[in-house]
Amino acid sequence: MPQISMTINGKAVAADVPGNTLLVDFIREGQRLTGTHVGCDTSQCGACTVHVDGKAIKSCTMLAASADGTDITTIEGLENGKLHPMQKAFNDNHGLQCGFCTPGMIMAGIDMANRYKKAGQKLNEAAIRHELEGNICRCTGYHNIVKSIQAGAKAMK
Amino acid sequence: MSDQGIGARVKRVEDKRFITGAGRYTDDIVEPNQAYAAFVRSPHAHAEIKSINSKAAEKMDGVIAVHNGAQLTGDGIGNIICGWGITSKDGSPMNMGAWSALATSKVRYVGDAVAIVIAETKAQAIAAAEAVSVKYKTLPAVAQSLDGLADGAPQIHENAPGNLIYDWEIGDQKATDDALKGAAHVTYMDIENNRLSPNAMEPRAAIATYNPAEDHYTLYTTSQNPHVARLVLSAFYQVAPEHKLRVIAPDVGGGFGSKIYIYPEEIACLWASMKTKRSVKWTSTRTEAFLTDAHGRDHVSTAAMGFDKNGKIVGLKVNTKANFGAYMSLFSSAVPTYLYATLLSGQYNIKNIYCDVQAVYTNTAPVDAYRGAGRPEACYLVERVMETAAREMGMDPAELRRKNFVRSFPHETPVIMTYDAGDFDGNLDQAMEAADYAGFEKRRKKSARAGKLRGIGFSSYIEACGIAPSAAVGSLGAGVGLWESAEVRVNPVGTIEVLTGSHSHGQGHATTFAQIVAERFDLPIENISIVHGDTDKVQFGMGTYGSRSGAVGMSAIAKAMDKVEAKAKKIAAHVLEASEDDIVFEGGEAKVKGTDKAMGWHEIGLSAYTAHNLPDGMEPGLKEGAFYDPTNFTFPAGTYICEVEVDPETGKTTIERFTASDDFGTIINPMIVEGQVHGGIAQGIGQALLENVVYDDDGQLLSASYMDYTMPRADDLPSYSVHHHSTTCPGNPLGMKGCGEAGAIGSPPAVINAITNAIGNNNLSMPATPAKVWAAIQETASAKAAE
Amino acid sequence: MYDVNFHKAKDAKDAAKLVKSGDDPMYLSGGMTLIPTMKARLAAPSDLVDVSAASDMVGITVKGSTITIGAATTHAEVASNAKLIKAVPGLACLAAGIGDPAVRHRGTIGGSIANNDPAADYPAAMLGLAATIVTNKRKISADKFFVGLFETALNEGELIKAVIVEKPKKSSYAKFPNPASRYAMVGVFVAKTAKGTRVAVTGAGGDGVFRMKKLEKALDKKWGPEALAGTQIGSEGLMSDMHGSAEYRANLIGVMAKRAIEAS
Repeated sequence: MPQISMTINGKAVAADVPGNTLLVDFIREGQRLTGTHVGCDTSQCGACTVHVDGKAIKSCTMLAASADGTDITTIEGLENGKLHPMQKAFNDNHGLQCGFCTPGMIMAGIDMANRYKKAGQKLNEAAIRHELEGNICRCTGYHNIVKSIQAGAKAMK
Repeated sequence: MSDQGIGARVKRVEDKRFITGAGRYTDDIVEPNQAYAAFVRSPHAHAEIKSINSKAAEKMDGVIAVHNGAQLTGDGIGNIICGWGITSKDGSPMNMGAWSALATSKVRYVGDAVAIVIAETKAQAIAAAEAVSVKYKTLPAVAQSLDGLADGAPQIHENAPGNLIYDWEIGDQKATDDALKGAAHVTYMDIENNRLSPNAMEPRAAIATYNPAEDHYTLYTTSQNPHVARLVLSAFYQVAPEHKLRVIAPDVGGGFGSKIYIYPEEIACLWASMKTKRSVKWTSTRTEAFLTDAHGRDHVSTAAMGFDKNGKIVGLKVNTKANFGAYMSLFSSAVPTYLYATLLSGQYNIKNIYCDVQAVYTNTAPVDAYRGAGRPEACYLVERVMETAAREMGMDPAELRRKNFVRSFPHETPVIMTYDAGDFDGNLDQAMEAADYAGFEKRRKKSARAGKLRGIGFSSYIEACGIAPSAAVGSLGAGVGLWESAEVRVNPVGTIEVLTGSHSHGQGHATTFAQIVAERFDLPIENISIVHGDTDKVQFGMGTYGSRSGAVGMSAIAKAMDKVEAKAKKIAAHVLEASEDDIVFEGGEAKVKGTDKAMGWHEIGLSAYTAHNLPDGMEPGLKEGAFYDPTNFTFPAGTYICEVEVDPETGKTTIERFTASDDFGTIINPMIVEGQVHGGIAQGIGQALLENVVYDDDGQLLSASYMDYTMPRADDLPSYSVHHHSTTCPGNPLGMKGCGEAGAIGSPPAVINAITNAIGNNNLSMPATPAKVWAAIQETASAKAAE
Repeated sequence: MYDVNFHKAKDAKDAAKLVKSGDDPMYLSGGMTLIPTMKARLAAPSDLVDVSAASDMVGITVKGSTITIGAATTHAEVASNAKLIKAVPGLACLAAGIGDPAVRHRGTIGGSIANNDPAADYPAAMLGLAATIVTNKRKISADKFFVGLFETALNEGELIKAVIVEKPKKSSYAKFPNPASRYAMVGVFVAKTAKGTRVAVTGAGGDGVFRMKKLEKALDKKWGPEALAGTQIGSEGLMSDMHGSAEYRANLIGVMAKRAIEAS
C-alpha cells in the first residue's frame, strides 16, 4: 500500500492508501473535505476540480498516490478569514443555484484568472466560455457563472 | 418598507455554504456503522431471470449480505406505483404493470435492478455485485413507442396487451374534423420530441438507517419532496410505517423533476438496512444515472392545424404516442395527458381541438416529468406548427400569432384550461423590440456575405403551473392533493422561522421565502430562516416541482402570515392599549399609527410566550400554520426569439441572440427569477441542439455517459437577453405565476424555427446536431438542383 | 476500480525496471484515458508505473530545427512553450485544444500517442509531422507507430520516452469536435515539411489516424485551399456513429483541411 504525504489547504497530511484510491476519494472520504464533488465518471463535469501545485486538475482522474508530495488546494482552502474574491463574485453575481458544480467552477475560475494574468491575456466572455469546457453546470445556463468569473478575475488583480 | 422585500435583488443567503465547500449533500453525510450498497443490474433490455447465484459474492471480502427480489417481495415490500390514474377512451382504467424494486421473474430494461449487495466499502460492494451470477433467457426488445405498438411486438407486461398503457383523448373529435375539412389551409406535420436525461449534477444518493431499538428508519435522500417520499414508501411500498420513518432531503444538487420520484434504490436501501442492521449508503454513478434516472419527453406526434382564409385558426388535431419506458413512474401518466394536451391551445383562440394519446411500454428506462413535463412537448408542437403555417401561407410569423392571440380573460380553451390573465401582445412586442427584429434582415445579409446562414425563430409559449387545485386534479385521477403547507413561527426573541413543505434544490427559497416575510413584517431577512426538507421538522408538504413553490408554497406562507399578523396585532394592541386597526408593522416594530407608541418583534414574541399579559382568552405562543390549495393553475406565458447563424460547411449552429419576454406575474427576486430563466433556456437549447438519449433497436443505451450525451457547455450557449412584462395572477395572494420551467418550455421551438428559417428546410428534428443540419442543407441543395 | 499496485518511477530506466514487477503491468502517465477506463472496470492492470514525474521524460528542447518533447510533457506545457509555438505552431495549437484546461494540466503527449485513441489529436500531429517516437528500446517513425484502433507498434513493457519532430515550413491543425466528448469528430493536421507535404486525419478513420496522400500530392503541387477542389474525399472506410455518418465525416475532412491550410 503506497504511503503518501502531501499538503492539503496548508496542512501536512500523510496516509497509507490502496493503489487504486482516487485523489477525490482521498480528499472526500480520507480528509472529510466534502466540498469537492463527483458528478460524472468520465472526467468531464469538473465538479471535482482542485488545484495541485497551483494548477486546476480533475481529482476524479488522478490517483492519490500520484499526488504524493504535492501541494493541494480545495474549495475549503480558499477562505482565509474572508471570502476569496472569486467566491464573493459567485455570490454577488448569482453564479450558483444548487451549488453542486460551484466548488469546481470556482477552482476553475481562479485557475483561468491566474493563467490569463500570467500570460497577459484578456479574460473576456468568449475566453471564459472556452476555458469552462471542462466544467458542466445544469442550473444556471452559465450566464451568471461567466459574469462571476469575469468579476472574480478582475477583483483578484 | 423593507429594502429586502418583494422585488428586491437580494443576494442569496444560502450561497455561503456552497461557495465555501460547506454544502451538505447526501453523499457528504457519514453515518456511524455505515455500509455501502451496490446493485446488480440487468445488462439485457428484456429477459427472463432464470437464476441468481450469489454464493461467490457472499464469500467475498467485506460482503455483509446479498439480497434479491424474491426476498424483497417475500418480506412484503410492495410494488412501485404510478400515482395518477388515467382512463382510456373506452372507459377502461390504465394498464399498470408490476414494478418491484428488485426484479423477480423478468427484467425489462438495461439497468433494471436485480439484487442489492451490502459491503463494508464501496469498492467491495461493487466487486461483489460483479460476482453475482444471474442467468437470463433473453427476449426480443423494443425501444421506440411505434415499435412497441406494432403487431407482434414483444409483450413487456402481461396486463398491458400490445404494450398499450392507455388510449386517452381530450376535446371534440367530430367538431375538430369538421373544422379541418372546412379550413382554407391545413398545415400537417410529423413532430418528434426527443428523449432527454435530466442530469442534475448531483447524482441520486441515499443513506438508510434502521434503528432496531426504536423500530425506526431514517432516510437521507436526494428528493424534491421528502414528505411524498415518506408517504409512498410507507403507504404503498410498506417499507416502514409513516410515523416510524424520517425522510431528510438535505442539500440537493438539482432535480429538474428527476428527484420527485421514488426509485427502487431508496426502497432497497431502507429494506436492506432493516435486514443488515446497518446504515446503508448508495450513490449513483453518472452511468447509473443515465440508465435509471427517469427520462423526459419522447413523444412522436402528428398534427393538423386548419386556418380560415384570414389566417385564423379553426381547429387543431393531434395524435401522440408517448414512450413510457419499462415501468410507470410516479407521475408518468399525467405528463402526456393533463400536463400536455391541455396546453395545446397555446396562446391562441382555437375553437376546436382534439388530441388522443397512446401511452406505450418499451424496454427503456422509465419516463416521467422532466423540467416542463408535457408543456414543452405541447409548446414545441404548437409553435412549430404555427411557424410552419406562417411560412406555408406566406405570412409573417409574428403577425400570424398576433391574429390568433387570446385577448380577453378569463378564457376557456376547448382542452379544459381557463387562462386567467395575460398580455400576449405585450410580451411579443417586448421580445421583438429587445431582439431588434426590425434589424434582422440587415444582419442576415451580413452573415450571408460571410458565407453563413442566419435565421430567426419565434415561440410564443404558455404553460400551466402552480399545480394545482386538489379537487380538480383529484377528479382527473391524481392520487394526491396538490396544495402546500407552511408554518410561521415567531420565536420568543422575535426572530422568525418558516417551515415550508416546498423543497429548495437550487431555487433559492432561503432567500425568496424570507423576502416575503421581510416585506410583510418589515424585518431584515437575517432575522428570518427557512426550514425545509426534513419530515421530522416540517409538517406534511407536497414538495417542489411544476414551478409551484412560488405560487403555491409562498401562498401558504402568506396565509400563515395573515394569521400571525392578526394575532400579533391583537397582542400589540393589548399591550400598547390601542385599537388593532391602528397597528402597523414598520422598521421591525408594531406601531400605533399616529403615535410614538411601538413595540419590537422581540417584545411581541416575548409577550406571546411569557403570556403574562395577553388579551383575555388568548392562547400563549405565536406560531401559525396554513395549508394553501390553489384555486386554479397559473399561466406563465411569453415570447422567445432565437437568432442563429449556421455554418453551411459543417452544419454547426451558433446561437447569436436569445431574447425572452416572460410574464411571471409578481416577481419576488428578479435576480433569482432571471437565473431560473437562464437555466431553463439552457436546457431548452440543450434539447433543441445537443441532447438526445439514444437506445439501439435491442434496447441498449448508447448515450450512457458525457462522452455521448451532449450536455450543454458554456461555449454552446449565448448570454441571454431576459425581460419581463407581467400581468398579475388573480388566483393567489401574491399574484405569482411561476418561473422555473418557462425557459425549458418556450425555447426549443424558437431554436428549431430559427435554424429551419436559416437553412430553408423545415424537415429537421431535435436535436439539430451539426451532422443533421448539414444533411438537411444537402437535402435543400439537391432539391434546388433538381428544380 | 480493481485493486492495483502503484509504483512511481524516478526516471525512464526506473520505470522499465518497475514495470517488470507485476504480471500485467501498465505505464500510467497523465491517466486521462487510463483512469476513466479503470474506473469503468474496462482495464485491470496488476500494476501501474507512474511515469508522470520521470525526470528524463519531461520538457521541451529545441536544437536547431529539431524539437524533442519528453513523453511526460503535459498538453499545457506543449501549448504554452514559446519556442515550440514559434517552431511548430500547428502542434502548439493542437495541444491547446485537447480536452479542457484541467485535462491539459495532467494529460501528456506520450500517454496520448501510446493510447492511440482514434479520436485523439496528437496522433494526427505525429503522423503529419513525420515525427520519430523514441522509446527505451528504439526509434519508431510515426508512419510505422500507429497500427490501428488503440494499437501501436509498442511492444510489451516498451516505454515512450520522447518524440522528435523536425521543424516544418508550415504546420496547422483544424478540428471539429464531437459535440459531446469534445474529442475530434474530425481533426486534420497539415504540414509542409522538407520531405514534402503531409496531411493526417484523426477522428474519422475506421482504423484510426491516417494520411491523405491524394491531398498531399495536390498540396505539393500548390499549397493552398484550392488544392482541395480537385481532391475527392470519399466516405469509404470512415467511421459512422450516432454523432455523424461517414459521409458527414468525409465532408468535415475537406472543410477542416481547408481551414487548416488557410490558417497555416
